[in-house]
Amino acid sequence: MSILVVAEHDNSALKGATLNTVAAAAAIGGDVTVLVAGSGCQAVAEAAAKVAGVSKVLVADNAVYEHQLGEVLGELVADVAKGYTHVLAPATTTGKDFLPRTAALLDVNMLSDVVEVVSADTFSRPIYAGNAIATYQSADAIKVLTVRTTAFDAVAAEGGSAAVETVDFVSGYDKAAFVGEELAQSDRPELTAAEVVVSGGRGMGNGDNFSMLYSLADKLGAAVGASRAAVDAGFVPNDLQVGQTGKIVAPGLYMAVGISGAIQHLAGMKDSKVIVAINKDEEAPIFQVADYGLVADLFEAVPELEKLV
Amino acid sequence: MKVLVAVKRVIDYNVKVRVKPDNSDVDLTNVKMAMNPFCEIAVEEAVRLKEKGVATEVVVVSIGPKVAQEQIRTALALGADRGILIETEEKLESLSVAKLLKAVVEKEQPQLVLMGKQTIDSDNNQTGQMLGALTGMAQGTFASEVVVEGDKVNVTREVDGGLRTVGLALPAIVTTDLRLNEPRYASLPNIMKAKRKPLETTSPADLGVAIASTQTLVKVTPPAERQAGVKVADVAELVEKLKNEAKVL
Repeated sequence: MSILVVAEHDNSALKGATLNTVAAAAAIGGDVTVLVAGSGCQAVAEAAAKVAGVSKVLVADNAVYEHQLGEVLGELVADVAKGYTHVLAPATTTGKDFLPRTAALLDVNMLSDVVEVVSADTFSRPIYAGNAIATYQSADAIKVLTVRTTAFDAVAAEGGSAAVETVDFVSGYDKAAFVGEELAQSDRPELTAAEVVVSGGRGMGNGDNFSMLYSLADKLGAAVGASRAAVDAGFVPNDLQVGQTGKIVAPGLYMAVGISGAIQHLAGMKDSKVIVAINKDEEAPIFQVADYGLVADLFEAVPELEKLV
Repeated sequence: MKVLVAVKRVIDYNVKVRVKPDNSDVDLTNVKMAMNPFCEIAVEEAVRLKEKGVATEVVVVSIGPKVAQEQIRTALALGADRGILIETEEKLESLSVAKLLKAVVEKEQPQLVLMGKQTIDSDNNQTGQMLGALTGMAQGTFASEVVVEGDKVNVTREVDGGLRTVGLALPAIVTTDLRLNEPRYASLPNIMKAKRKPLETTSPADLGVAIASTQTLVKVTPPAERQAGVKVADVAELVEKLKNEAKVL
């Protein structure tokens, strides 16, 4: 087995999602090579070489890879993949963008959001927003997978000493160009990567009341999320939505505040390790999945909670 | 310019899916079906492009059993001009779907292909990107804004941590995310009008595409059930449990 893991990075630092993906590669078993594609990304390659369990690092350092566009990464990875049995990338928006292109160029199918490695050719993944887990056996010559990072514990970032080699392939794809980006400048962690998430629902009453949750989140180092009901009511923008059609999260601690617990919402957060529900309606379905339920008026409970944590 | 929209018939998003007792698959017997929500957003965007005078024709394509005509009719009622059903009873993997769509793209020569970023049944999030690779078209995935300017399209994409804008040469593929628009409801007169719009039926064989399956579904299981935990009396007890019992604070 020889496994290619495509690193997630921003040209200066290796992202943690790579460590979870290497863990999935280790579960398959075999030689693990990490591909770092970027521009001015030598520091990332050096960091990747230190990751435990990595035997080789390939670096494609070229201006065409600076923004890691799906079209160019797709071509590069398809070219590099030819010597491997498996190609893995984290199921981030970058991995989801380029890896299906790679699979199609290799004329193989792909498995998205893998949560369990059953064997070298058999993998489990959630379908229907996590309401069922499907196990597939793949007959493809090269197995192409994105990995749900929350399902695999990260390998150690230190301890390895892999050889670093350069890749010569340069994609000539020119129909797509980077125009610009607006990355959230918040000090809060990203919703899908946060260790703690505090989410509000229709019970918050209005958008202004979400400031209570932001304040609590800042004290906990948490990200803020919302239910679809809160988004549809216009309290907060869509990108905060946790649920079947929004973001899927699985933090160590998920606090659902004023959220009743519609199926739609549960699908997006029920894999969280510890769930806390605060709701004044003791019949709310959210209490059926909560490890700790507090039946209380959130407008009293949240400020008190902020004081005590 | 011509816009092609791909739509899929899936379980209605309000229905709770159940796994069959023999773990062979999910049970879709007598379950309400609907157009995939992300596909609805794609149809809406195409219709808005037509209303703005950017698109001249909106063609909607679906792949599935005969009853998938219902979803094409829904798209026609929302404002699409004509439909194509690639009729097949087979459960297709993404690569086969992309190959079928490629055949339609070659025939129809659209300047823009709009589709959902994923369907809520298989949750693959692959087909648009695969179609891009097979046709050589550029892709704007997870789109929250689409602006056509001359022979290119600027697509703002929802990425982890924010938004990113890419400029794509046309023809191009856009896959929709939730924030792109809010789909309209079809009015009764438009539903009646949609019944008279052209809907052509074809098949994978007619399109010259061989369907191959490489993934065997071994089993489908329900996710691990969560047990309801305990109710705490007050905030102080909650904090104490989170610190000392769950050790997450």
